[in-house]
Amino acid sequence: MRSCSKTVRAGVLALTMGLGAALPAQAAGGAKEPMDVDFQFEGPFGTWNYPSIQRGLQVYRQICSSCHKLENVPFRTLTQIGFSEDEVKAIAEQYQVDTINDYGEVEQKPAATNDEFPAPFPNEQAAKAANNNAYPPNLSLITKAREHGPEYVYSLMQGYVEDSEIPEGVNLAPGQYYNEYMDGHKISMPRQLYPMMVMYDDGTEATVEQMSRDIANFLVWAAQPEMIDRKRMGINVLGFLFILSVLLYMTTQKVWKPVKEGATPWKDIIERDQANRQDA
Amino acid sequence: MAGVQYRPQSGFMQWMESRLPLVGFVYSAVGKGYPTPRNLTYLWNFGFLAGVCLVVQIATGIVLAMHYVPDATMAFQSVEHIMRNVNYGWLLRYVHANGASMFFIVVYIHIFRGLYYGSYKAPREVLWMLGVVILLLMMATAFMGYVLPWGQMSFWGATVITGLFSAIPVVGEQIQTLLLGGFSVGDPALNRFFSLHYLLPFVILGVVILHVWALHIPGSNNPLGIDVKGPQDQIPFHPYYTVKDGLGIVVFFMFFALFVFFAPNSLGHPDNYIPADPLVTPPHIVPEWYFLPFYAILRSITFDIAIPFTGITLMSAKLLGVLAMFASILILFALPWLDRSPVRSCKFRPVYRIFFWVLMVDCVLLTYVGGMPAEGIWPTLALIGTIYYFFHFLVLLPFILPRIEKPEPLPNSIFEAVMEGKSGPSTPQAAPAE
Amino acid sequence: MSSEELTVDNAEGVNRRDFLYVATAGWAAVGTAFAVWPFIAQMAPSADVKAMATVEVDLSRIPEGSEIKVMWQGKPLFIRHRTAEEIEQARSVDLSELPDPEPDSDRAIKPEYLVMIGVCTHLGCIPNAESGDYGGWFCPCHGSHYDIAGRIRKGPAPRNLDLPPYKYTDDTTIIVG
Repeated sequence: MRSCSKTVRAGVLALTMGLGAALPAQAAGGAKEPMDVDFQFEGPFGTWNYPSIQRGLQVYRQICSSCHKLENVPFRTLTQIGFSEDEVKAIAEQYQVDTINDYGEVEQKPAATNDEFPAPFPNEQAAKAANNNAYPPNLSLITKAREHGPEYVYSLMQGYVEDSEIPEGVNLAPGQYYNEYMDGHKISMPRQLYPMMVMYDDGTEATVEQMSRDIANFLVWAAQPEMIDRKRMGINVLGFLFILSVLLYMTTQKVWKPVKEGATPWKDIIERDQANRQDA
Repeated sequence: MAGVQYRPQSGFMQWMESRLPLVGFVYSAVGKGYPTPRNLTYLWNFGFLAGVCLVVQIATGIVLAMHYVPDATMAFQSVEHIMRNVNYGWLLRYVHANGASMFFIVVYIHIFRGLYYGSYKAPREVLWMLGVVILLLMMATAFMGYVLPWGQMSFWGATVITGLFSAIPVVGEQIQTLLLGGFSVGDPALNRFFSLHYLLPFVILGVVILHVWALHIPGSNNPLGIDVKGPQDQIPFHPYYTVKDGLGIVVFFMFFALFVFFAPNSLGHPDNYIPADPLVTPPHIVPEWYFLPFYAILRSITFDIAIPFTGITLMSAKLLGVLAMFASILILFALPWLDRSPVRSCKFRPVYRIFFWVLMVDCVLLTYVGGMPAEGIWPTLALIGTIYYFFHFLVLLPFILPRIEKPEPLPNSIFEAVMEGKSGPSTPQAAPAE
Repeated sequence: MSSEELTVDNAEGVNRRDFLYVATAGWAAVGTAFAVWPFIAQMAPSADVKAMATVEVDLSRIPEGSEIKVMWQGKPLFIRHRTAEEIEQARSVDLSELPDPEPDSDRAIKPEYLVMIGVCTHLGCIPNAESGDYGGWFCPCHGSHYDIAGRIRKGPAPRNLDLPPYKYTDDTTIIVG
């Protein structure tokens, strides 16, 4: 994704430089460039890494979801990452959602597949109050809402340093933590991932690197569930248009050949038109 | 050079043409009845391409409006609904969002082609001015469209751009309040921007029709910039330019598809995937790339104009910036009279040719500076770029070039020029000019 | 095409029946069709609408001889707790009199609870309860009369009121959908 978009950016720059179309390149203030990671979904022929996305879901459910929402990702969409309908139903039923019963009372019931992951806080104020006045953002768009989204998530998870390694002169307020990849280095979220924090269902060893990679994979899917279908459609569209362009190129050459050789079709048309008028 | 009338052959078509001459209209507009110079290059594809872009934007826009909700609490979610739930919603939205950028790329190439080949000169002044009107309408439409997803850039872009009007002396604040329907950007602004964003493309369509009409009176300019001398200089639009434009469209669509399918967000800003928050301004507010040169001009003026030693400010830096920005576009209306050279094409203008490329570099510079934070060397570069921009149009073209430039000799006719060095099977003599 | 048109074409060196032109135009036409498809498909129900949730109804709160309306997939469900007389009345009808013959036993899983989609099969209005000539429902829009089993008896409606798919999860709870 990243490398691909880089190529395209370079392409558009080269093509439109003369137009005055330079793209703004900005460095985030004082943050380290995220690590370059090779994700399986990257590039025009990328594919989803389903095991990793499923593990990332596990990380989200066991760790992130205690503070972060995942809006617009209903349980039913989990069938897209390799779960069966029954498994999705079972996952949904582990959550309780509010519902209004026939007597007008708010009641908890197990979530249905059309429900979303319940938000950890009822509203923004509650979320801020519980988190030292910092609002934990919705994660379902986080990889689109940050430069180098997936790499940023991956790096941020591993960007915490030991207290002794915090540079001199950095003043952290209470509830702030030092992270190399955060804009301004100060982040309100403490380090979340420690080795073996999650017991992966598939037996993968839950190193911090592995969990970071898995959550990044999951969040990319959550943000752009259409991505792989989109790229596949793109290949087909480009192939189709390429054939059409070859056909049209040949047609153009053929149509233009006499004119290139000096034919004067318009003169012929005018003369014939005048002749016709005289006939009439 | 008049075209040729469509003469229907079949009885039905004769019956129809005498009642509604639609086929005849198309025949003389883009068919066999419309004569065009025989030497148009692929740079002449971009007018047709711009029309294609407008159609693509209107078509995708209408279907997006079927799912979008212009309400401050729901706009962002309704865009996500389009992206996730609506069938092919992501495709339609990405085509529309990237289509705006494509439209500007095409139109900017179209404009610079006109600048290079002198297409704004007599007898095409009105054609050119209608084009500038289209550009202004496009900018307004694009700006209001960018507000609709109601992300952080939408919100703060709307705040900053409507803030431009507050620079107007005395009544500025009131005008801004009137435009927004409130004291800050909110629901009333979102709703009227949606309404106008839906309306303006059809106004553009209307002006495009006038633009094409004005084109058909003198006919297309051409790379040599000389008038057509006779029918051997021309070829009918169809099939020659229909196939050529067709090829251009397909190649353009391939370029377009690269963005839509493989880098759909590369021309946008990540902050616009954060819902609008009136309490937090993003660290770097930048407009879409196609506004960057104008944004650079806006920010380039950082000094007030005052009466010396009195402390009375005549014009604030803010007002000057706004005036400079609008002037940078409005000046194009005067271009046909600022450039006094009788020769159209740069091909035969050795000095202007150089300054055309300098202007181009200046625009690239302004674009680049527009995307940079207003600190360090950038404000100075912006000021230099802005001064040069106005120097080009206000001093160089009307006063300096006529004195120092001696145009090269023009060819006798298009046919002679293109057939030079070729031994065609039927090289007729150039007919005398009418 | 007249001979005149043909000479024009020949003069330009263009032959319309040329394979290359047919192939190009055909390929472009296929592309146009593909491009038009998303514009049509976007109008079909979106993923969230298609996945509309099922609805669970507690029947025990409906007194005998009355009915409730419940929303399901954007449409009202009529759920009537029928009395013994009403069931008797529905069962005693001679099926040959009916425009859309259907025995009452096919209309409800448990005869005391009648569950129907409350949309007139004529043109989609909502019939009124406990009215009409047959003691059932009456559609005010165009005058269709339904009996106490929701079967069409008189008027322009072509079919009996439709039945939704539902099942009992316990004695008095159903899940519709």
